[in-house]
Amino acid sequence: MIETHSSSLKTDQMFINLGPQHPSTHGVLRLGITLDGEVIVKAEPDVGYLHRGTEKLCEVRGYHHCVVVTDRWDYVSAMTNNLVFCLAAEKLMGLEIPARANYLRVAMCELNRIASHLLFFGTYGIDIGAFTPFLHAFREREMVLDLFEMVCGARMTYNYIRLGGVMADAPPGWADKTSEFLKYFKTKLREYDDLLSFNPIFLDRTKKVGIITAEQALDWGLSGPNLRGSGVSYDVRKTFPYSIYDKLDFKVCVGEAGSCWDRYYVRMREMAESVKIVEQCLAALPSGDIMAKGVAKIPTPLPGEAYAHVEGARGDLGIYLVSDGTSCPYRLHVRAPSYINLAILQEALVGLRVADMIAVLGSIDIVLGEVDR
Amino acid sequence: MAVRIERVPGGEFALTTADFFINWARESALWPLTFGLACCAIEMMGAYASRFDFDRMGVIPRPSPRQADVMIIAGTVVKKMAEPIRLIYAQMPEPKFVISMGSCANCGGPYYDSYSVVKGVDKIIPVDIYIAGCPPRPEALQFAITKLQEKIGRSSPTRSALATPYQEKGSRVW
Repeated sequence: MIETHSSSLKTDQMFINLGPQHPSTHGVLRLGITLDGEVIVKAEPDVGYLHRGTEKLCEVRGYHHCVVVTDRWDYVSAMTNNLVFCLAAEKLMGLEIPARANYLRVAMCELNRIASHLLFFGTYGIDIGAFTPFLHAFREREMVLDLFEMVCGARMTYNYIRLGGVMADAPPGWADKTSEFLKYFKTKLREYDDLLSFNPIFLDRTKKVGIITAEQALDWGLSGPNLRGSGVSYDVRKTFPYSIYDKLDFKVCVGEAGSCWDRYYVRMREMAESVKIVEQCLAALPSGDIMAKGVAKIPTPLPGEAYAHVEGARGDLGIYLVSDGTSCPYRLHVRAPSYINLAILQEALVGLRVADMIAVLGSIDIVLGEVDR
Repeated sequence: MAVRIERVPGGEFALTTADFFINWARESALWPLTFGLACCAIEMMGAYASRFDFDRMGVIPRPSPRQADVMIIAGTVVKKMAEPIRLIYAQMPEPKFVISMGSCANCGGPYYDSYSVVKGVDKIIPVDIYIAGCPPRPEALQFAITKLQEKIGRSSPTRSALATPYQEKGSRVW
């Protein structure tokens, strides 16, 4: 279409600015888009509108205080952030985690994955133009948040997983309420498929849109559901098992074509796997301590370095921690999956119509708190 | 507050003051801008969603600043974001109100010593209501809206053409 016009009409490229205040950027992302007619020729993500300097802040915080900061990176799945920092710091300090604490940690992380994917499900529906899934998703998400509130009192920034274990034991009745929720949630997952996943309009908007091949995905360093949507079976929980994941039975969900719909549907199936994991954790929840013995009030680990990574809701979340023997980390670096996944927009958006831009942006599922830190 | 609406026998007329009528219109449909910055934005979304249902208070999110009455600063304001926030605030039509949601927007919160964070959004735009919490619960945001409604109810719009409660104090910074 562009060629036919260019011979007779003078055409020009247009620059449009998406964000930082835009309801579909899921925060404060800015995209500089160059359009030729309706086709995107160039897309430049501009990050930093939420850069809070947390990596630097951790250098003046004690190890216990750093956990508080980790909550606010990927604020929709804060438990995994707590966990990855604690795993790295525990490696430095050589702490042995009690079995009960490990089971509670994994159960919380998986519940948080459900909450996070529910948020994605709701907001992605809005991005495509379907508002109802948002109300359904948040109804269930509030139930998960209630479970978190029972154990730690907070709805979003938990600070529940601490160095050496967890903050508090699950209160009486928590396990029953959780299994009740899981039973209810399994029926809801089928409802979501009827509501959105196989809706013809939704399929038209997402099924053949924004295809990322497995090769591209690996080249750009994608991880998490975005990588698995392209057909690569990589999950830190299986490939590098941490905590108790090697004892649990679950499947790695893999998509086929790498389209927006594949990335979306990987997340939907992951919620079912998370339900299975939480059920196994509840069934096998051992009794005993929830906190390791001998965790110092002000830990001063020996000089050294540690790297830990976990499968967050958005991908391979890693922390590189260097200690110089003082009470604060010498350096802390986060391998933030959202930040790395975001970069592929430069390639994935080129050649698409402007109307598909939001479909692709939403399917990458970024959280700006983690992108900018 | 004294009852300002008086019904004459038969109920065909309602007598009130212009101030009361304008305030009633302003406070009954406060449309906030959908403008999430950080963690608090998720709780703001929670407030709009099923359980808390903001719509019943007349609060309906608007994606454009031109259509919005209230700006909810939900999250950390960093220096790079400060300029866009001033721009968006300037784009909103009068009367406009600002709710500062959460510790970060109030005073920097957990980032009080960060090199890149603006220590309180009131350093760049005037704020009407502050909500404490990190993040505040959706109920707290709804309470803030009721407080803002009370505040609007106390103002006298007829005294000057555009008088919002903040401007009456003579401390308009923008």
